[in-house]
Amino acid sequence: MPETPPPVVLDRVSVVLGRQRALSDVSAVFPRGAVGLLGPNGAGKSTMLKTLLGFIAPEQGRLQVYGLDVATHPLEIRARLGYMPESDALVPGMNAVTLVAYCGELCGLPRTDAMQRAHEVLYYVGLGEARYRNVETYSSGMKQRIKLAQALVHDPDLLFLDEPTNGMDPRGRDEMLELIRDLAHNKGIDVIVSSHLLPDVEYTCDVVVVLDKGAIAALGPIDTLKGPAGRVFEVRVKGSLAAFVDRLHAEGLECRETEEDVMRVFVPGTPRVPGEDQRRLCELARQTDVQVRHLRPSLPTLEDVFARAIGEP
Amino acid sequence: MSPVHDQSYRRYQGSRAPVGRAWGIILRTGLRSLLSRKVFIALLIVAWIPFIVRTVQIYVVTAYPQAGQALPVNALLFQRFIELQGLFAFFITIYAGAGLIAADRRARALQVYLSKPLLRMEYIAGKLGVLMVYLSAVTILPSVLLIVMQIVLSGSFSFVIDNAAIVPAVILASAMRVIVPAFTMLALSSLSTSARYVAVMYTGVIFFSEAVYGVLRLATGSTRVAWVSVTGNFDVVTDAIFQQTARYDTPVLVSMLVLLALVAVSMSVLDRQVRGVEVVS
Repeated sequence: MPETPPPVVLDRVSVVLGRQRALSDVSAVFPRGAVGLLGPNGAGKSTMLKTLLGFIAPEQGRLQVYGLDVATHPLEIRARLGYMPESDALVPGMNAVTLVAYCGELCGLPRTDAMQRAHEVLYYVGLGEARYRNVETYSSGMKQRIKLAQALVHDPDLLFLDEPTNGMDPRGRDEMLELIRDLAHNKGIDVIVSSHLLPDVEYTCDVVVVLDKGAIAALGPIDTLKGPAGRVFEVRVKGSLAAFVDRLHAEGLECRETEEDVMRVFVPGTPRVPGEDQRRLCELARQTDVQVRHLRPSLPTLEDVFARAIGEP
Repeated sequence: MSPVHDQSYRRYQGSRAPVGRAWGIILRTGLRSLLSRKVFIALLIVAWIPFIVRTVQIYVVTAYPQAGQALPVNALLFQRFIELQGLFAFFITIYAGAGLIAADRRARALQVYLSKPLLRMEYIAGKLGVLMVYLSAVTILPSVLLIVMQIVLSGSFSFVIDNAAIVPAVILASAMRVIVPAFTMLALSSLSTSARYVAVMYTGVIFFSEAVYGVLRLATGSTRVAWVSVTGNFDVVTDAIFQQTARYDTPVLVSMLVLLALVAVSMSVLDRQVRGVEVVS
């Protein structure tokens, strides 16, 4: 049986929007499953998705979706894609079921099949009871759900989800993340989630691509990126924080402020004896004349990966 | 087999139509959407009143030939009929056309459309088709039916045979009043996110060009400058099509070129504006 080509391949892609370089010589191969696109605002996440959709022509480079070149096979690619845009983007003047069925027909589904699928996906995304309401009366959370429904109606092989939990309340957000996880892990749909919310990506995705200033800063399985040889500690100190941070950096330890006065300190390497790292941190605190008020081992998070990748202090 | 029916997401196993048919779906949906509005149906009905009046005139002249002295049934009758239908076409253009793309732009629906397997050209063709169908329904259709009524009521083809050019003239003059406004309105609709603003812009284009013509005519004392007016160009070309005495001194070729240029500029605007992403320099 022939092997399915990877969902997305980028080969030295550069994109210029106006006078700004949005993507700069980006090369990557996205594996199957759920891939998270992470990056601060303006990193190039949405631009990458829109370039893959063929909305933006790259200045240079090649983009492939399932082995098909975006420049030469845009329609075949879009027939296999579902796109959930970041902003409110819905065809006006329709109720939900009509809109979703309309999108299905635009993707080539016969009319009756499109209507049947519309009912099914609206139930699936949790809009079954509201499917005859005009979409312009929907709340922000409901609009997110219907955007997912219109992206799913034609049963795509690959879903592009741009900030899928924007404007959703906590419960709705959890439900949306469950749906994305279910689609990627149980329904055999490859998903690319673009988000600036690290917990969303961490919950739904297996692989992460970190973008920064239009370039790829990190790419790989989340577990691999999170689990280098080293440990993370939460530290709170009293005294000269700046001096302590400088001392940590001088010793080759990475540290990053999270809340008020709690830092996350990454200690590379493997300890020779249990407790060695804690003793070392206490010793460094003593040397800089600060008191350690809180010291607790922590698990590396995607936030640590992200911060390291984009070079945050 | 599980005793519980799975109501969650299912993969689709059915057939898919080949790409290239989306414009028909956009057209059908657009036509239905407008027909669901009572105001629009009322507008369509009112637009057919002149047809009834002219049919009665043809009947009266057929039944009482002496009435033909006061109400002659000739090529001019059809020309005047088409020119009057142009007024209704103006209102249909504004009502049906202003929001065609503007509403999609306001709702940012273009990126939804263009993320589907359809070409930009298909989207434009579908939207253009909506306006063209309704404009044809108040121009070409009643004009051609009026000729049919003349044949039916007189019981002979003698009028059509005596006026051999009447059928192509009616179709050409009506088609001009469909194609030019449809392209112009769609281009204007793609420039804004407000249907109301588009309606004002279109009205402005028609009336402002007419006003400019009026001023230039006063200044130059000649009707050669009628090419600056959209309706003036329609009249010039219509007079030529029906082989009537020209009301303006503008060469018909100039008017035809102006109307063609209007369509070409509209196509260029549509090509630039209908995109999945707006790039700000």
